Amino acid sequence: MNRRVYVHYISRVEGKGSLEITLGDEGVRELKLRIFEAPRFFEAILLGRPYYEVHEITSRICGICPVTHQITALRAVEKAMGVEVPEHIKKLRKLMAIGGILSSHALHLFLLALPDYTGHPNVVAMAKEHPDVVKAGLGIKEAGDSLIELIGGRSVHPVSTVVGGFTSIPTRERLERFKGELASAKEAALKVSDFVFGLEYPDFERRCEHMALRKRGEYPINEGRVVSTEGLDISEDEYREHVYEVQVDYSTAKHSYVRGRSSFMLGPLPRVNINFDNLSDDARELADRCGIKFPCFNPFASNVARLLEIVTLLDEAMSIIEEGGLEGTPRVRVEPRAGSACALTEAPRGLNFHSYEFDERGFVKRASIAPPTCQHLRNIELDLIEYLSDYVNESDEEIARRSQMLVRAYDPCISCSAHFLEVKVKRE
Amino acid sequence: MAKMRLAFFKFASCSGCQLSALRVNERLLDLLDLVEIDYWVMVSDLRREGPYDVAFVEGSITTPEEIEEIKEVRRRSEVLVALGDCAVTGGLNSIREWMSQKEAEKAVYENPLAIKSTSVRPVDYYVDVDVYLSGCPPSTSDIVEVIKDLALGFPPRLPKYPVCVECKLSENECLLLKGVPCMGPVVKAGCGAICPNLGRPCEGCYGPTVDPNTESLIEKLREAGLSDREIMYKFRKYAGLTKEFRREAGL
Repeated sequence: MNRRVYVHYISRVEGKGSLEITLGDEGVRELKLRIFEAPRFFEAILLGRPYYEVHEITSRICGICPVTHQITALRAVEKAMGVEVPEHIKKLRKLMAIGGILSSHALHLFLLALPDYTGHPNVVAMAKEHPDVVKAGLGIKEAGDSLIELIGGRSVHPVSTVVGGFTSIPTRERLERFKGELASAKEAALKVSDFVFGLEYPDFERRCEHMALRKRGEYPINEGRVVSTEGLDISEDEYREHVYEVQVDYSTAKHSYVRGRSSFMLGPLPRVNINFDNLSDDARELADRCGIKFPCFNPFASNVARLLEIVTLLDEAMSIIEEGGLEGTPRVRVEPRAGSACALTEAPRGLNFHSYEFDERGFVKRASIAPPTCQHLRNIELDLIEYLSDYVNESDEEIARRSQMLVRAYDPCISCSAHFLEVKVKRE
Repeated sequence: MAKMRLAFFKFASCSGCQLSALRVNERLLDLLDLVEIDYWVMVSDLRREGPYDVAFVEGSITTPEEIEEIKEVRRRSEVLVALGDCAVTGGLNSIREWMSQKEAEKAVYENPLAIKSTSVRPVDYYVDVDVYLSGCPPSTSDIVEVIKDLALGFPPRLPKYPVCVECKLSENECLLLKGVPCMGPVVKAGCGAICPNLGRPCEGCYGPTVDPNTESLIEKLREAGLSDREIMYKFRKYAGLTKEFRREAGL
């Protein structure tokens, strides 16, 4: 007997997605993670626009991760125009990207995901029982948002970012003063760590390829080599030779695969797995007592990885400010020219790929964007198929609850993915 | 006082307006003393069917399903707030109104037949809107202000004057006079002139101000060295479909 379970509109994730599961006696027959987000055609609306607007437009792909879409676009544009920005600009961009990940992780972990593990329908209900945890989470989010504002002027769709640098950069005094806020956010994160580690995460592991940026001596976000747990080690320029997209007939969503292998996972868990030695001392100490051994292939452990990243990134932000060298010319001159280039950065949810081609006056001729959620959509499905096979005899509600929890652990950003997926609008 | 029942709905958009609302961070718990969240899929599993006192609608209307959905939202809501440019003017989504649907689909999708998308329209093309909250995104303080005003029974008071007013209040040197192509004179205030404060020209993300003198600005933009194509694209960005900007945007 076949049985169908629908989740019409997955809650507590960004964007509009649904899930259709067909169960047979022996397990999951068919599973479709569908995106019913309206397509917004970013790659089309970029055509013909000037090079200096690309990051401003791609920022609007996503309100949760605008920073990554700005920085990835800026890096690709600068590469195409043959410009290398000075070291202090790179450091300020890294600070801003750290702010982006802190804000996104705190939002996801404390406001959207944790209610799954405390048995609440939302953060409002959870806050009644665990006010300190929610307050700590909101405090970390505040630090992330404020860090983006300090560098970029606004937390959602920053404004001072331009090709070649910034229109204005913060003074040393303002940066120095901000260290206090970072320190209290770290204190908050350490304080809730026992709570986060003590929650019951489903015991489920599926070995799959984990992929992330890797760089010696820092926790890489804006640049690095692409490294995987299956031995991949390539530059961003080689990415499209190794990772390809295919159209699948049952769904309108494009899936990504590593050539000759399978789907793969991106985001906080793969990053911690691949950059474990780059974690700060305090983050590594936390990792030692979190109850999980790395490398870890349990997708639910992403929540723990998020907290470890919060701590290591707060440490890294403080040391970037302490090291100094953040002053200098806010922007370097960029002259438009014909060319093409791609860039890869770590968005909060994993590798974000942008690629552009420009004509001799710097107008966009071609744009191609693959955000992380879109890239590992197939991996979420494969996880779900294996995970749910142990629960086929449970009620529909229980299956729906468990599957949403797993989808949520990936922290999918559906607005991001939808504009690049084959989208079929379907409502059951 | 009974709590005001709030709902948030998302159409074609980036969720940035919802994020700007959530930017209240630590004040969220205080705000929840004033309001009850009846529907907000990004944040909560609970989905009450209404009626809602206030519905915040983010995003533009771009598919046949969304047209039906926005009408349903209107039926269930006492006050409907268009939250952000996509809902107010069509926003960045409207850029694709200047290319054929086929052209847009082909640039993104291998198999355009699967795409069900119609013209990009602001919310008030299909239903009545009570409050317009412009911005890409609207500032957190404006969103909170509107919630407070509605809870107290005031009509929300949002600025209609141009960005230049806020820019002058910030005591900035005028970017246009320095030869930097700034949209400030024709764009609605509300952002606090954050871009000019940081030396960045206004890009127009709050949409047109009342009765803007676009002709005179176009002259200034030409003097600043922009080509006619670049000028057209400046108007064809956040609010190209509006009656104030559509001619300049090339419609």
